[in-house]
Amino acid sequence: MAKRSHVTTTVNGDEYEFLCDADQTLVNVLRDELELTGTKEGCSTGDCGACSIMLDGDLVCSCLVLGVEADGKDIQTIEGMAPSADELHPLQRNFLEINGLQCGICTPGILIAARALLERNPDPTETEIRFWLAGNLCRCTGYDKIIRSVQAAAEEMRKG
Amino acid sequence: MDDMRYEAPDSQDSAISMLAEAGGSGKVLAGGTDVLVQLHAELIEPDVIVDIKSIPGTQDISETDGSYTFGAAVPGMVLMGHEGFSSTWPGVIDGVALIGSIQVKGRASVGGNLCNASPAADSVPAMIAAGAICNIVGPGGSREAPVEDIVTGPGKTSLADGEFILSFTLPARPPHSGDAYLRLTPRTEMDIAVVGSGVNITLDDDGTCTAARVALGAVAPTPLLVADAADALIGSKVDETALAKMGDACSAACNPISDKRGTKDYRIKTASVIAQRAAEIALERAREN
Repeated sequence: MAKRSHVTTTVNGDEYEFLCDADQTLVNVLRDELELTGTKEGCSTGDCGACSIMLDGDLVCSCLVLGVEADGKDIQTIEGMAPSADELHPLQRNFLEINGLQCGICTPGILIAARALLERNPDPTETEIRFWLAGNLCRCTGYDKIIRSVQAAAEEMRKG
Repeated sequence: MDDMRYEAPDSQDSAISMLAEAGGSGKVLAGGTDVLVQLHAELIEPDVIVDIKSIPGTQDISETDGSYTFGAAVPGMVLMGHEGFSSTWPGVIDGVALIGSIQVKGRASVGGNLCNASPAADSVPAMIAAGAICNIVGPGGSREAPVEDIVTGPGKTSLADGEFILSFTLPARPPHSGDAYLRLTPRTEMDIAVVGSGVNITLDDDGTCTAARVALGAVAPTPLLVADAADALIGSKVDETALAKMGDACSAACNPISDKRGTKDYRIKTASVIAQRAAEIALERAREN
C-alpha cells in the first residue's frame, strides 16, 4: 500500500483533517471519511452533477477532484446550505413546496449548482437556468418543476 | 494503482524531474476532468500523478503589448470570466464554453483539453486558428511549439517524457480581427462534436482579408490546420464565393471515421457548412473592431 496523505481542509466553515489514498476522490472522502453523506455520487465521471460542491468558490464535481487536492481549500456542501436547523434556504424550501424533486438523489447537487447561479445572476431567464443546470441530470422530474423551483426561489431572494 | 503516488510540486524543475524519473508512467494532472475518469476506468495506471497547479505560471493570465499568455491549468470558467481575454479572443472562448458542464469547466483547462488529445476537443481548433503557441518545459529545457503540432493521434501527443505545457501565448491582435468556433452536435449542450471549426481572420480598412487561419476538429485522427481553406479567404472580401471555396477546401481536408454521431460522408459535407458559418461569425466580429 502506498502511504496515505494527510489533508487539512475546511468544509462548511469547520476544519477537518483526514487521511486519504492518492487515487481517492473528494466525493468518497466527504462521504466515507468525513461522513458528510448529503453529497451524492451518481456517475463518477462528471456527467451527472449529483456530487456538485463548491471548491474555493467554484462549482465542481467532487468525483473529478482528488481528496488530496482539497488540502488547504474551502469546501461548501449541501450540509452547510440551510442557515440553521429550523430554517431552510429559499431554494430548499421552494424545491419542497413546488415538488422540484422526487427520488432526491440529484437534489443536493442541483441545489448547490442553483445557488451558485443565483449568486452570479439573481434574475436568470429560463434558458439561462437550463444551460447552467445542463450538468445536473434528473431522471424523475422532467426538469420542469426544478426550473420553476429555481425561478420561485430567485424571485423570493430578489425581494429579500 | 495501489502504489500510485500523488505529487504537487511548486516548481517546474521538480515537476520535470518527477516526470522524467517516472518515464512513461507519470501522468500530468491539471483540472483532472479527463485524467480522473481514465484513472478510475483503469484506462491509465500511472505510478505517479504530478499535479501542476501549484507551479508558478500554470494558473495565471497576463497580457503584454496585446499578447496574452495564460497558464495551461487555468480552469475554463476562469478564462471565460476574464474580460480582457474573452473580448480579445471570443472564438477561443466559444470553444472553451463548449467543454462540458459548468462543473466540468470549473476544473477543466485548455492545457488538459489539448493534451487529452481527443480529435473532437472543442478548444483545440479555436486555439489553432488563433495561432496559439505552447510554452513547453522539460528535461531538455524550454521550447515553443504551435498548438497544431501537439496532437499526433487519438490520445497521443508529441510531448516527450518529462515534458509538459506550462502556458499558452497568443499573438497580439491587429485591428479588424475576429475569431469564432462552431461545432455541430446532435444535442445543444453536453455533447461531443461531430464537426468543429475554428476560424480567425484579419481584414484591412477596406474589408479585404489579409490573414486567415482555419482549423477543423473531429474530422480526422487529429485536429487540422487547413492552409488551403485560409488561402481561399486571403485577398477576398470573405464573400459568398470565397466562403464556398473555403468550405470545399475544408471538406477536401477531412479524413473522418463513421461513428454513432455521424457518418464519414456526413462529416465531410458538414465540415464545409460549419466552417463557413464560423467564418461568417469571425467576419462579423472582425468588422466590429
